[in-house]
Amino acid sequence: MIEVNELSKRYGTQLAVDGVSFRCEPGTITGFLGPNGAGKSTTLRMITGLTPPTAGTATVLGSAFARLPNPGRQVGVLLDASAQHAGRSGREVLRLTVDVLGVDRRRVPELLERVGLPPSDARKRVGQYSLGMRQRLGIAQAMVGDPSVLILDEPANGLDPEGIVWMRGLLRDFADRAGTVLLSSHLLHEIEAVADNLVVIHHGRIVAQGGKADLLASSGGSLERLFLGLTAAASVAA
Amino acid sequence: MTAPSLARLTRVELRKMIDTRAGFWLLVVVALGAVAAVVTTLLAGDGRDHTMARFFIVSGFGAALLLPVVGILAVTSEWTQRTALTTFTLVPERGRVVAAKLLAGCALALAAVFVCLLVAAVGNAIAGGHWNLDVARLAGGTAYMLIAVLAGLALGLLLMSSASAIVAYFVIPTAVGLLIEVVPALKDPSQWFDLGQATASLGNASMAAGDWPRLAVAMAIWIGLPLVLGLARLRRRELS
Repeated sequence: MIEVNELSKRYGTQLAVDGVSFRCEPGTITGFLGPNGAGKSTTLRMITGLTPPTAGTATVLGSAFARLPNPGRQVGVLLDASAQHAGRSGREVLRLTVDVLGVDRRRVPELLERVGLPPSDARKRVGQYSLGMRQRLGIAQAMVGDPSVLILDEPANGLDPEGIVWMRGLLRDFADRAGTVLLSSHLLHEIEAVADNLVVIHHGRIVAQGGKADLLASSGGSLERLFLGLTAAASVAA
Repeated sequence: MTAPSLARLTRVELRKMIDTRAGFWLLVVVALGAVAAVVTTLLAGDGRDHTMARFFIVSGFGAALLLPVVGILAVTSEWTQRTALTTFTLVPERGRVVAAKLLAGCALALAAVFVCLLVAAVGNAIAGGHWNLDVARLAGGTAYMLIAVLAGLALGLLLMSSASAIVAYFVIPTAVGLLIEVVPALKDPSQWFDLGQATASLGNASMAAGDWPRLAVAMAIWIGLPLVLGLARLRRRELS
């Protein structure tokens, strides 16, 4: 469960995020959709306590993220798959996370297998990884603590078509077991294929949100038309 | 569900200092440096150098020079390699991570002292020298190593950039030394703010009563102040 209430972030004179509110329920995948620079990442960083909001609140499982006693055991977070030490092996990255969270070390080979990183790749330094491999490692890292909430920023970036299908299956499975998923993307088709609910952001403001089926019905069956219409309208209004 | 203990975070931070290519090779060089220094002393030094106290001092030169760099990188790599994003998502209380890094740095310094002792003892056994390493010398050398690592960590925390912190760590003492040469009026007060002078007597266990307050002031300037400022900066910093 994620609850975001009137969240705003101001940088100088610019409002990067402007009064954003939405909820993510257990058992659902929420797609956070918007063009690059719309405020998606800033919102996710505020939810995870990395960026202090100018106004508003965000809670995860009923508590501010930074107040969760051992957040990695409850919330899996992947904000930037590239943000890994280039000189550390993939296996070592997971081993460190396992040690911080205090879970069984046997999780490491288990997770590597689950995200499709064979031992030969796991031994390599992350500096040699493709972006797709980094995303797989980042997903594994997010899953270390067996969380009930996943927060992922552009997880499909750099994945090949097979990897994208794999990730869809993983997220669906996670949600079907009562997990809460919030994932962002600027790629409409990616979100369309996997999300139950949509939150569309543009210029820092929510321009549409609701069930995917409802939003589709209101736009004559094409999310693309809806998305382009909404962002164009918001640009005119701004 | 409880927060990770400080002991666990310290173990993790210690592991992070060793498990990267840069960290691993820096420590290998420290160990090889100790061996090289002892071997050189064995071959080149005369009988007066062949004592346990002397071997212990020379074996620590490399560690005293390079361990601060390990300390600097332990903090700054979180920014240059952008791992801060995961580190502080897993442990939102940023001060706890810093505390764990300081403790891990101290543990590493103690481990280095232990390695130096071993290497020095082997050298001294080969030379058949005096076993004259007393508690005061051992404690002084250990304190010297701890101070060096902590100064590196503190500077890294303040500057949050590997290049500038490493340059600053090596250039500032030289600059302070030059300044003292050029401005004779600074010669006396410099004993209070020059960490090199303040710690010099630690290494050879010649600390006089008046040296302790000078050491305390120099440590406050070079460790305490950057730590406090760096922590304030870290608490306010936005992570992305």
